Amino acid sequence: MNLILLFIGAALVNNFVLVKFLGICAFLGVSKKVDTALGMGAAVTFVMGIASLCTYLVYEFILTPLGLEYLYNLAFILVIASLVQLVEMVIQKMSPSLYSALGVYLPLITTNCAVLGVAVLNMQKDYTLIQSVVNSLGAAIGFTLAMLLMAGIRERVEDNDVIPAFKGLPLVLMIAGFMALAFAGFQNLIPNI
Amino acid sequence: MDITAILSPIATIGGMGLLFGLGLGIAAKKFAVPVDERVEAIKECLPGANCGGCGQAGCEAMAKSIVSGESPVNGCPVCNTDQVAAIAKIMGQEAVAGEKKVAVVRCKGNHEVAGQKFIYAGNLTCQDASLIGGGPKLCAYGCLGYGSCMIACPFGAITMENGLPIINRERCVGCGACEKQCPRSVIHLVPISSSYHVDCISKDKGKDVKSACKVGCIGCGLCVKQCEQGAIRLEENHAVIDASLCIGCGKCSLKCPTKAISNLLDEKECLEENVIPSEMASNGNQISI
Repeated sequence: MNLILLFIGAALVNNFVLVKFLGICAFLGVSKKVDTALGMGAAVTFVMGIASLCTYLVYEFILTPLGLEYLYNLAFILVIASLVQLVEMVIQKMSPSLYSALGVYLPLITTNCAVLGVAVLNMQKDYTLIQSVVNSLGAAIGFTLAMLLMAGIRERVEDNDVIPAFKGLPLVLMIAGFMALAFAGFQNLIPNI
Repeated sequence: MDITAILSPIATIGGMGLLFGLGLGIAAKKFAVPVDERVEAIKECLPGANCGGCGQAGCEAMAKSIVSGESPVNGCPVCNTDQVAAIAKIMGQEAVAGEKKVAVVRCKGNHEVAGQKFIYAGNLTCQDASLIGGGPKLCAYGCLGYGSCMIACPFGAITMENGLPIINRERCVGCGACEKQCPRSVIHLVPISSSYHVDCISKDKGKDVKSACKVGCIGCGLCVKQCEQGAIRLEENHAVIDASLCIGCGKCSLKCPTKAISNLLDEKECLEENVIPSEMASNGNQISI
């Protein structure tokens, strides 16, 4: 399978937030400002890339040989949680500037369903190592894109005179719905993915 | 049934958990970033509201700034005396408490007494309203009354009443968030013990003030003549009281023809709690309005 198609497919056609509805909590919670949305997106991209690599290795070399594939959920959560912790420590030591940019968001991602979701999807679709990583990065870029779009819209809507009943979260949920409809237009972009 | 079917998952997941735990433990030691203990300790003493009143990005940034010596130990305007003392102790310094400040609204022009130039129907924020023709009020210096200060207050100390902000002096911590927000600088911070205060900052001539608002300071100077302490002076057509010279006699307030001088302490009943009692008690000749 073509890796580029896989990447675009994960980013647009099967957008994690707007098509698969994963990672909604972060999508609604951290999308008030473009800056923070970008920080969150970058952190998710970073963690998803590494997490898909590690979960692939754990699944392939620990769970499969022992015939314990059914434990994948538990094992993946364990791997991702410890990985995020480790990454946070390493970044804090190695690059304080990167830490101050991503540090706030890293603990939020520990239990993000999008990160776990991408690991599980990679496993279910029997992707190879390279395919897994490409798929995860595509999914993460799609997540970042959705976050940025949402933050941009929210920043603009902020100054408008909205009907009181729709102010705040109701409006955000409606915007999310419309965005999901728009992303549904990508469905036939790549056949059979 | 095979016992290994139970044991092997337990061993695998348990083993993985143990391994990761150990790995994280070792990593925590290896990648430990030396953090000054005082930063954490000072952060505990700070209010944690991240109001930005100190000028730093938040309480953590302020704690770092205090430890590095860039900010004084009493740099947090929100901290009470005990908290400042605790921070000073951590830093090994003598406690130098700054007097607590509160926000004061320098305008009495509510909907009834202040005239309108036009009916404003735009965005209901003071910033937007002030941009259009100098604001809808006849007075170009008074409170616009759209409550941007109320929204800015992180402590919920401001309520809007009849087009004017009312400041809850018990809740106000003096962070100055409202002061920064007000496009007309109507709100400012004063020491909590200051008593008499001019409720107008209009720079217009007396005649113009009078036609725009019934309770504005017309700059007549009667209060200046009344004050025996020389604490009042006229500045750009309105009176200003120097809190450090004011003894709180209240003669200015009695003489003011537009009742534009009021006693901050008299209006609120929290007098006894917040004011230094010895100072106030010594002034036997206090007159209240």
